[in-house]
Amino acid sequence: MNGNWNWDTFFDALPMVLEGIGITIGLTFACYLFALIFGFLWIFLRRIPVKSLNWIITWIMEFIRSTPPLVQLFFIFYAWPMVPVIGMALDPFTSAVLGLGIHFSTYIGEVYRSGIEGVDKGQWEASTALNFSIRQKWTKIILPQAIPPAIPMLGNYLIIMFKEVPLASTIGVVGILHMANSYGAQHWAYLEPLTIVAILFLILSYPSAILINKLEKKMNRRFDKKAIVKNSKGAVM
Amino acid sequence: MGEPIVRYENVHKSFGAVEVLKGINLDLKQAEKVAVIGPSGSGKTTIIRMLMTLEEPTSGEIIVDGKNLWHMEKNGQLVPANEKHLRQVRGDIGMVFQHFNLFPHMTILENCMTAPIHVQKEDKKSAKERSIEMLEKVGLGDKLGNYPSQLSGGQKQRVAMARALVMRPKIMLFDEVTSALDPELVEEVLEVIRDIAHEGRMAMVLVTHEMEFARDIADRVLFLDGGVIAEQGSPEEVFGNSENKRLESFLRRFRR
Ligand SMILES: Nc1ncnc2c1ncn2[C@@H]1O[C@H](COP(=O)(O)OP(=O)(O)OP(=O)(O)O)[C@@H](O)[C@H]1O
Ligand SMILES: [Mg+2]
Repeated sequence: MNGNWNWDTFFDALPMVLEGIGITIGLTFACYLFALIFGFLWIFLRRIPVKSLNWIITWIMEFIRSTPPLVQLFFIFYAWPMVPVIGMALDPFTSAVLGLGIHFSTYIGEVYRSGIEGVDKGQWEASTALNFSIRQKWTKIILPQAIPPAIPMLGNYLIIMFKEVPLASTIGVVGILHMANSYGAQHWAYLEPLTIVAILFLILSYPSAILINKLEKKMNRRFDKKAIVKNSKGAVM
Repeated sequence: MGEPIVRYENVHKSFGAVEVLKGINLDLKQAEKVAVIGPSGSGKTTIIRMLMTLEEPTSGEIIVDGKNLWHMEKNGQLVPANEKHLRQVRGDIGMVFQHFNLFPHMTILENCMTAPIHVQKEDKKSAKERSIEMLEKVGLGDKLGNYPSQLSGGQKQRVAMARALVMRPKIMLFDEVTSALDPELVEEVLEVIRDIAHEGRMAMVLVTHEMEFARDIADRVLFLDGGVIAEQGSPEEVFGNSENKRLESFLRRFRR
C-alpha cells in the first residue's frame, strides 16, 4: 500500500464511489420510511388496553433497542432463512430495510410517544366534550399537536440513520462504503476512496443538520407565525 | 315541564379506596339552571365530569333524556356502554372547562367550526356562518383568524363557550369557568353566561365559587358536602338562613 496521498487515485476512485450514492441515499430513505410507519405501529400496539400484551410489547421494544443493529442485520440476513416455517431468504437491500428500519422504529416510536404525551389531557377532554370519534380525536386534535414538536427530533434520526446505513455493506448492499472498499481491494489503495466516503457523509449530513436546526426554531414559533398569515386572510372573510 | 332531562340515580364514585360521591340523586329539569357549590374536594367537578362521560361512576345510573348514559341494553341485559353508545347519548351535552382547553393549532373560528362539521356533519358554509354569528355574540367577531395563544383568558373562555354553543346542546356544564381568570376578566365571562341563561332554552349546571352570580342566575342551588347533596333549594333558601351548620360556615367565608 502506498502511504502517500495521490490525487490521481482520488479522481480515479471518485466515479466508482459515487455510483454507490444512489443506493446509500435510497436505503436511508427506505429505512426511514419504514421506521416512521413502524414507529406508529408500536404506539398503537402499546395502547391496546391489555396488561400482558402491553408488557410484552414494551419488552420487545427494549430488546430491539438494546441489541446492536449490526447483530440484527446479520440475524435477518444470515439466520432468518434458517428459521423453520416462517424463515425466508431476503436480498441484502430488503434485509437492510427490515433490520435498520425495525431497529430505529423503536426510537421513532419513543419520539412519537413523548410528542403524544406532551399534549395536554384537557385536549382529549375537550374533544370528548365535542363528541369527536376516537379516530377524529387522533387525526384532528392530538396528532396535529403531537407531531410538529417532534419533527426536529425525527429529522435528527434521519441523519443518525444515514450514518448507520453503511452497516449494510457488511451484508453486501453496494452503497458508497462498499464501492470504496471494492476500489480499495482492486487497486490496493484505501486512503483516497475512504476519504471520499467521509467527505460525502459530511457534505450530506452537515447541511441537513443545519436545516433541522432551522426547522426546530421555526417550530417553536409556529403558532404565532401562522397567526399573522391567517389574520390577514381573516380580514378578507 | 314533564320528564327531567338528566337524572342521577344513587350515583357513587370512588377514586381508588376513597369514596368521593356517596349516593347522588338529582333531577335536572329541562332548561333548569342549577348552581353547585361546596368546599374544595367535595366532588363538584366529578359530578359534572361523569355526565360529560369523562369519568365513569362506580355505581348508580345517569339518565339523559330518557337514555341510560353509562349502560346499554344488549340481549335484554344492561351492559357497560361502549363508545358508540356514549357518542349517541352525550351528543346533547356540552361543557366549558376551567382551563379553556381550546385547540391551540386552530384559529378561533376553526375551533368553533370543527365539531359541527366533523361530528354533526353540518355543511361547511352553514357551520362557518353559525360559528361567526356565535363568536360575534360573545364579542369576538374581530378575532376570527387569531390563535388562542393571542387571546386573554377572558377571551379564551368566551371562545370556549361559543365552541360549545354551536353544537346546540340541550345541557351545558360549566366547571368553575372563571376561577383561572384574572379578577378583572371575570365579569366579561359571567356576562356571557348570563346572556345564555336568559335565553332560557338550555339546562345548565354551573359549578362555581361566585356566590353572587349563583344567586343571580340559578333556579336551584346545591350544596355538596361529605359526598352527598347536603342542602338544596332556591337561592333564597340556600343563601338565606339555612339551618345547616356546615353550609353556614361555608358561606361565611364568602361574606367577608
Ligand atoms: N382522577 C382522580 N384521581 C384521584 N382522585 C381524584 C381524581 N379526580 C378527583 N379526585 C379526588 O376526588 C375529590 C373530589 O374532586 P373534585 O375535583 O370533584 O372536587 P371539587 O369539588 O371540584 O373541588 P375544587 O373546588 O377544588 O375544584 C378530591 O379529593 C380529588 O382529589
Ligand atoms: Mg373542581
